[in-house]
Amino acid sequence: MTDYFEVFGLPRKLSLDLRALQRRFYDLSRRHHPDFHQKAEADAQAAALEASALVNRAYRTLRDPISRVEYLIALEEGREIREETSAKPRPPVDLLEEMLEVQEALQEAKSDGVTAEAAARLRAERERLETRRRAEEAAVIDGAAEWDSAVDSFAARQPLLDRFKQRLAARAYLRTVIDDLSQALGEDAETHVAHRRH
Amino acid sequence: MSRIVGIDLGTTNSLVAHVDAAGIPRVIPDAEGRRLLPSVVAYTPAGIVVGEAARRQLARNPARTIYSVKRFMGRGGEDVREEARHVPFEIVPSDEVVRIRVGDREVTPPEVSAQILRTLKQQAEAHFGEPVDKAVITVPAYFNDAQRQATKDASRIAGLEALRIVNEPTAASLAYGLQKLAQGLIAVYDLGGGTFDISILRVKDGVFEVLATNGNTHLGGDDFDRAVVGWLLADIKAVHGEDLSGDPEAVQELRLGAEAAKCRLSSEERTTLTIPFERFTYRREITRAELERLIAPLVDQTLGPCRLALKDAELTRDQVDEIVLVGGSTRVPLVRRRVEELFGKTPHSQLNPDEVVALGAAVQAHILAGGITDMLLLDVTPLSLGIETLGGIVSVLIARNTTIPTMAKEYFTTSVDGQTAVDMHVLQGERELAKDNRSLARFDLSGVDPMPAGMPKIEVTFLIDANGMLQVQAREQRTGKAAAIEVKPTYGLSEEQVAQMVEDSFTHAEADVNARLLIETRTEAETVMTHVRRALAQGGHLVSAEERLLITNALEALGAVEAGGDRDVIRERTIALNRATEPLAQIMMDTALKEAVTSKRADQILERP
Repeated sequence: MTDYFEVFGLPRKLSLDLRALQRRFYDLSRRHHPDFHQKAEADAQAAALEASALVNRAYRTLRDPISRVEYLIALEEGREIREETSAKPRPPVDLLEEMLEVQEALQEAKSDGVTAEAAARLRAERERLETRRRAEEAAVIDGAAEWDSAVDSFAARQPLLDRFKQRLAARAYLRTVIDDLSQALGEDAETHVAHRRH
Repeated sequence: MSRIVGIDLGTTNSLVAHVDAAGIPRVIPDAEGRRLLPSVVAYTPAGIVVGEAARRQLARNPARTIYSVKRFMGRGGEDVREEARHVPFEIVPSDEVVRIRVGDREVTPPEVSAQILRTLKQQAEAHFGEPVDKAVITVPAYFNDAQRQATKDASRIAGLEALRIVNEPTAASLAYGLQKLAQGLIAVYDLGGGTFDISILRVKDGVFEVLATNGNTHLGGDDFDRAVVGWLLADIKAVHGEDLSGDPEAVQELRLGAEAAKCRLSSEERTTLTIPFERFTYRREITRAELERLIAPLVDQTLGPCRLALKDAELTRDQVDEIVLVGGSTRVPLVRRRVEELFGKTPHSQLNPDEVVALGAAVQAHILAGGITDMLLLDVTPLSLGIETLGGIVSVLIARNTTIPTMAKEYFTTSVDGQTAVDMHVLQGERELAKDNRSLARFDLSGVDPMPAGMPKIEVTFLIDANGMLQVQAREQRTGKAAAIEVKPTYGLSEEQVAQMVEDSFTHAEADVNARLLIETRTEAETVMTHVRRALAQGGHLVSAEERLLITNALEALGAVEAGGDRDVIRERTIALNRATEPLAQIMMDTALKEAVTSKRADQILERP
């Protein structure tokens, strides 16, 4: 698979200068964007279109610190990744018991409707889970420096990748539950579609 | 490379523009100096009439005059059922592409739009004195793939190669950016005749990067007019005891009257609407406050998309440096107030909101022609693209607000031994279930080598190009063989249908511009004659016998030549008739005003004798 880091002429490291990345993105776009190849032969036009699509995709993936890590894992494991594919959702081990309670509350809300009391409880629970999700994300982002210093040592890499995967799995799980809670509260769920820009 | 023009194909008006030798974008006017071409197409017995002449005869010929056709582009008969109730022309019930019946023929929205595009093409050709066959055409940013495709089809039928489909708010930002009138983080609020878009861009060092876009392709000035017409119909019923809602000609008169009154209320606090019907003349004073009460719920519908766009761009309103207003409906003071409240900043419209989109299209055309090399436009796809999976759930392949061009790959296999074809259903939208999204097309992948179930690995590439339009390619990984794809567009025209329409347009085209102009002149003459006859019947007693005689003489003189072939004579006599009627028109207007001013309430004087 194409290495997005290579597209930008970067080493496979997680700490990135976003301003430099943006500058490079604009440079590459000026070179490849179909607007500037309108008069070329059909083959060259098709090539520009493909190159431009790749640059856009690479930029979108790398500028966001979370999707950057997701992409890195896929790259290291040599498998194709679809944009929104994140780690398979799995609850954090230390939250298993709490999760059972949340599921129970959700079930109740579904069958009995949401009383003011139940709504308050669901909201409090959602607040806790949001905090935890942010913590998981922060931990993933904080892991960047560790990865960057270990990038040349194969032995050190695998455990780091595993830790990233665990945290991403927990985050994916938390997102699903948070969405379920929002839905039970009659609020718009943060659909997994889109808006993860930076 | 030959000349490329920029075209704004609008719901209410359309324009063509180009960048001149000095590098300045300019609107190309028609032979009469008019810059806006009303997007109205009349299928009269004498022939097809487009533009101002078609608009002016609308109330005379409502069943055969098509306006706001943009609202029907790329849609199915089923989804326009509600819309169809509000237009005087007949929409043929259908599960597929919308068809409009005019007399004994049926036309599709792309064919109607092609008439408008062809007129603009001829206008540009007359201006340059050379053929024009390439264009950049704008569409609402929130248009889906089917609506974009319909626009491209229209262009092809009109004999224009659409080199690029550009989003209207993005085009506007190019026009502003070229003149350095907007920099930093800008929000383009674009409310036109039938569509609404909000786009948020970062404009820096010649790079125009769209961060997020949102909108509603069925919300605009048309809806304001509709609200006013509903109110007027109720008023007429109360005051005159007449229900005109079933009379298409009267409804069209009211619609045109409501539209004009709305425009006047952008600069005046109150205005009087005077519409002479056959049995009575309707007069009504409308205040700006009354108009605002009617349209406020519609204006408020634009605010949600603005908030969503800000959220998708991950910006707060305070970070937005400038708000630019585009589209005629942004002249409405209430719209400006609401936008200002929402963003906490005064919006501006330094460039004419009716023209800025066409000017931007011309700038984009100039970029494609190589005339500008330091401007880079990075647009986004407005809607998420996905495929239907088991249980009717959508699996998203490309998220909304992804920079285009973009690409996604998906792998398919077979579920039965020896299976040689796989089908997939592609959709656009933000909902979880396939049935709640916009179905774009079903693809049949055939020619897969027979293998045990699950063995084939078919790689399907979904590519959204710089037009925001989908291209699909498939390849069986094991054999490397490209799989054949048959696309069945859900609400579009097939390749064969478009090819046929292109061919028809050559055989039936009023290739001769003069023939077209003659029909236009005749139509205009008929419109004026109808107005004059009505004015005579209603207010003839207000002028002297001599003046009446002058009018009837002019009327007869025009009537004698109106069906003939001499365009200049018809024009001269139409102008003469207009001039002869001026004193009568003036007196009728004064009477109406006097009555409106002297009465406390307009409805008091409207009581029937």
